[in-house]
Amino acid sequence: MAKNFLVTHQRGFSAVAVTTFIFLYTPLAVALIFAFNAGTSAAKWGGFSLRWFQSAANNQQVIAASILSLKLAVISAILATAVSTFAALAMTRGPKFRGWTFTYGIISVPLMVPEIVTAVALLVVSATFRGWTGYTGLAYLIVAHTAFCVPFAYLPIRGRLQTMDISLERAAGDLYASPWNAFRFITMPLLFPGILAGFILAFVTSLDDVVITEFVKTAGQDTLPTYMLGQVRRTITPEVNAIAAVFFAISLALVICIYAVNQRTKIN
Amino acid sequence: MASLESVRSKTDSRTRWLLISPAMLVVIVGAIAPLLVIVIYSFLTPGPTGGVNFAPSFDAWTRVLFDRDLFDDALTLSGTNLEILSRSLLLSLVTTFVCLLVGFPTAYFIATRSTLNREVWLLLVTVPFWTNLLIRTFAIQDLIRNEGIINTVLLKAGLIAEPLQMLFTNFAICIGLIYVYLPLMILPVYASLERLDRNLLEAASDLYAHPFKVLLEVIVPLARPGIVAGSILVFIPAIGTYVTPILLGGGRKLMIGNYIELQFGQGRDWPFGSALSLTLMGIVMVALLVYIRHGDTHGHEHG
Repeated sequence: MAKNFLVTHQRGFSAVAVTTFIFLYTPLAVALIFAFNAGTSAAKWGGFSLRWFQSAANNQQVIAASILSLKLAVISAILATAVSTFAALAMTRGPKFRGWTFTYGIISVPLMVPEIVTAVALLVVSATFRGWTGYTGLAYLIVAHTAFCVPFAYLPIRGRLQTMDISLERAAGDLYASPWNAFRFITMPLLFPGILAGFILAFVTSLDDVVITEFVKTAGQDTLPTYMLGQVRRTITPEVNAIAAVFFAISLALVICIYAVNQRTKIN
Repeated sequence: MASLESVRSKTDSRTRWLLISPAMLVVIVGAIAPLLVIVIYSFLTPGPTGGVNFAPSFDAWTRVLFDRDLFDDALTLSGTNLEILSRSLLLSLVTTFVCLLVGFPTAYFIATRSTLNREVWLLLVTVPFWTNLLIRTFAIQDLIRNEGIINTVLLKAGLIAEPLQMLFTNFAICIGLIYVYLPLMILPVYASLERLDRNLLEAASDLYAHPFKVLLEVIVPLARPGIVAGSILVFIPAIGTYVTPILLGGGRKLMIGNYIELQFGQGRDWPFGSALSLTLMGIVMVALLVYIRHGDTHGHEHG
């Protein structure tokens, strides 16, 4: 009996796997293809057309939502990446300290609490603050997005710090580099791919969020996902498919960026 | 020397907390403090137009499971609430189970490819995962609606006489949840299968174990941390889902996430909504405790 037979083969597993991939990609493929449909139906092909992309691009609400989505994602990803970088540096360098587990627990809270619970909790707090201060700006959304992006930014940065060779930093110290210079010229360049991956993950997370934004926003603060949710709650139009297609392309490009960054820096 | 050391470790510790505090502050303000607020609200009475009156009461908590009779204050088990709670539990458990059933062979398949191919298959799992949840959910909606592709094809093929009602059923919610969260099962199971010591499998086969027996008695037990992690990662978002029942359940098949929203929206009953949210939190905590006890056999790593 060939031994490889056992290790690489379980009867029927490959068939299940292939079915899984078909299952994962068929709905996406259909939705993307129908974004180019000339007709209005989501099942009948009426010829190739870009009209829904055009109509989305001319829709003022879509433009406003896209701008707000990008603004929010950039601001909260920058904030989340910055605070996560500081925290990851403090938590991976030096001995394990008292309060380490506690700190780690706090940072991972947004991952463990169901999104809907965070969302209504933030709704209550932001509604109360609005009542007190009358402030209706973006700050509520920025704080909310930054908070739930923190773990997503933190994890890749921590991962990078853990696999980095700490002796390089020590060597810099031995050669009389000031702590700041050691950080600036050794730690920072080595850490950069992790920071970039953390930023992209936080950015995509913020860009994709529906539930928390839906609850924290006020009138006129629609992001692309909350705009789409509002639309499909009524009737589905191919315009939404077109927006989805563009959105998908952006997310895909970002994921491939992370993948490329990880591949490139693996040799270190 | 000793005093110099101690001065140094003091400043070290001060810098450390200085570096950690911004992250802590953000998470406390944006996630933990709001949670504490709804803990307090769940013990208050509802205000006239939303909000709360600062009169302490257990009423919201009682109403999670019981209806209070208007006339004699008698408590009876609440049919609606029990139905929503049990639907949420059942649908998320079925989702988790099917994800495991489908995800395990898929993860196994990926783990047994050559190193280069593995990367490609893994990327193929990650791409749908990073596609917006809404986009994936209405992709499913498009596919299973009455005039959708599946029904059109089946009708044309003469297999059915009239469209199958798939949308707005529990089945639709389940398919949607499986579709959305399947990658969360595949990835951790893959991670644990990839680390599997193949010598053990060969040893089992040398001792004439049937492949299926090797699977059940060697592979699955060794992959347990990944299986438990994957199940938790699927179960938690599935039970708290909000978008999927709206789009695929048609707002008629409520799950606890939608019920919570109702209390803060039309219901204007913040204490009850808070109590329901904390009930959901409680279920999630129980799941996490099970995970800590059974999944994480290696303990936490530093860092």
